[in-house]
Amino acid sequence: MATEQLNSGQLNSVPSGPADLPAGPRPAGPSGRVPFRTALAHTWYLTGRKLHALVRQPWVLAFSVVQPVIWLFLFGQLFRKVIDIPGFGYHGTYLDYLVPGLIAMNAMSNNMWAGMTMIEEIDRGTLNRFLTSPASRIGIMNATVAEQAVSTTVQSLIIVVLGLAGGARYHGGVAGVAVMVAASIGVGVVFGALSNAVGMTLRSREAIIGVYTFFMLPLIFLSSAFMQTRLMPGWMQAIASRNPLNWVVQIGRSAVSAAPDWGAIGVRCGGLLVLAVACVAVSVLTFRSYSKNV
Amino acid sequence: MSSTDCAIEAHQLVKTYAVRGSKPRGHARGIRALDGLDISVPRGIIYGLLGPNGAGKTTTVKILTSLARPDAGTARVEGIDVLARPARVRQVIGVVAQRSGADPTATGRENLMLQGRLYGLRGQDPRARADELLGHFGLTEAAGRLVKTYSGGMQRRLDVALGLIHRPAVLFLDEPTTGLDPEARTAMWLEIARLATHEGLTVLLTTHYLEEADRLASRLAIVDRGRVVTSGTPDELKGELRGDVVHVELPADTDASLVRNVLAGLPQVRDVLIAGRDVSARSDDGAAAVPVVLAELQRAGIHAASVAVARPSLDEVYLRHTGRRYSESAALGPDADENERELMEATK
Repeated sequence: MATEQLNSGQLNSVPSGPADLPAGPRPAGPSGRVPFRTALAHTWYLTGRKLHALVRQPWVLAFSVVQPVIWLFLFGQLFRKVIDIPGFGYHGTYLDYLVPGLIAMNAMSNNMWAGMTMIEEIDRGTLNRFLTSPASRIGIMNATVAEQAVSTTVQSLIIVVLGLAGGARYHGGVAGVAVMVAASIGVGVVFGALSNAVGMTLRSREAIIGVYTFFMLPLIFLSSAFMQTRLMPGWMQAIASRNPLNWVVQIGRSAVSAAPDWGAIGVRCGGLLVLAVACVAVSVLTFRSYSKNV
Repeated sequence: MSSTDCAIEAHQLVKTYAVRGSKPRGHARGIRALDGLDISVPRGIIYGLLGPNGAGKTTTVKILTSLARPDAGTARVEGIDVLARPARVRQVIGVVAQRSGADPTATGRENLMLQGRLYGLRGQDPRARADELLGHFGLTEAAGRLVKTYSGGMQRRLDVALGLIHRPAVLFLDEPTTGLDPEARTAMWLEIARLATHEGLTVLLTTHYLEEADRLASRLAIVDRGRVVTSGTPDELKGELRGDVVHVELPADTDASLVRNVLAGLPQVRDVLIAGRDVSARSDDGAAAVPVVLAELQRAGIHAASVAVARPSLDEVYLRHTGRRYSESAALGPDADENERELMEATK
């Protein structure tokens, strides 16, 4: 124990009044409002914590893409004649068609579990430790968003590479792939933020699983991930056009095609960005309801 | 006590947790965790909040540390209104919650350095301060190890170090020794007692261990069902019970009624209780009563096997103010974490 190692000199240096808080800028101004710079700095520090943990368990990332990879090769083979359906209207193999869909699906699926990590941090007391410190609320949420962005990027690139190995071709080149990956980050942020909000409000793992099962497959099949929307019944087409997951599939598919429609890509990216910012804002606001029931 | 002398002042705190699924026609029923709690904590001491699990101690800490908002009441820490200026309060407090909160996938040093940065330490300061605290709490050798490999006692010491990183004016310790083995608990007591020797640091310690409160707190409040039922120094509280307890152990075949007759007539003792071979009686001055009691018993032909004088314990203080034995209340929820979890389940 430390008791024996101590002398009174060391003792004096430990806790004392607020007068000897270190010199330098205090994070909060007199109004108690955390300035923008602090939010940025805290985002950086807290993201560092998350990424450190990620780097220490890289196999978790690799393991999470097992499912989409199975879908990639299973569906790529099973449904390869689908593109011959009259009116499908796609120039390329079904594998080419499938990769952007699976990248979007993987991004949504993995980020929808973000709330589980949030519940774990609540149970462990880590979230409360940050909330009783001057840590910026926006910084706390941004860090989870940034971590999700990094892991989504890595996972999307794994699928891109495995697709390439399986024979898929990306005519849009590096720029096209970059846009496809960026869009997958966007949809990941949307569903990650919502999952965090659900996790913090309901604090139940069952709720996260419930939300997942309720949204995941319907949103996938109400998108062009596996099937062209123009072959769907009218009501499904109507939903698909408002389905952010479908926007991401369409952004990716267009971006890696030989002739990207940059106008349409831009509009959908804009919509996705607005949605992502709104969802993160909602998750930051959830801290208020959390403090009412903590 | 004027407000300028107080590190913590809370007035009429009320907090009710909603119980989901039990809202009969617009009437929000719930668990009333706090029911008009008042405390005022002078600067520079260890102040104990003592009570069984579910009494409202953790809820009080959550409100005072700006984590939870009360339904009613006011709270000031270092003169700062917790409800109006929570961000200012967070600057001057350190919090060691019941659940560790340290990141198990990071090292001890990384945890401390991140904490330091969040509190605004810059440049080389976070590392220097982290190393200083690691040394202070005997964690230097474990500094580079992941926290999930730490023992319970090591984790708890790291938690306290995390709470002290920014040299707070007020430190909250919520059940700091719950779940520790006796050896680690004793070590933690030494650490906490040392904190109190620093001028300026105020410690609010919650505990459901009578012994812990008695040993560490220079003042304490007994909390029961969301209210403070009594407060004062441990000696004052025990002193209110007027006097000592004299315990006499009798030989095996003693006639209890004879003993009662002998002791009932003595002005030095009162409230004589006989349970088997054990006799206990209250006395204003235990030391003076002992020779009289022994002499009178001897005259009746009873030779006491042993005799002892004890100051009244906090257990008796608790009994007097709540009408229940502390051990009975504590038996309702021996595991604090479990209890809190139940409360959380109930609030869902």
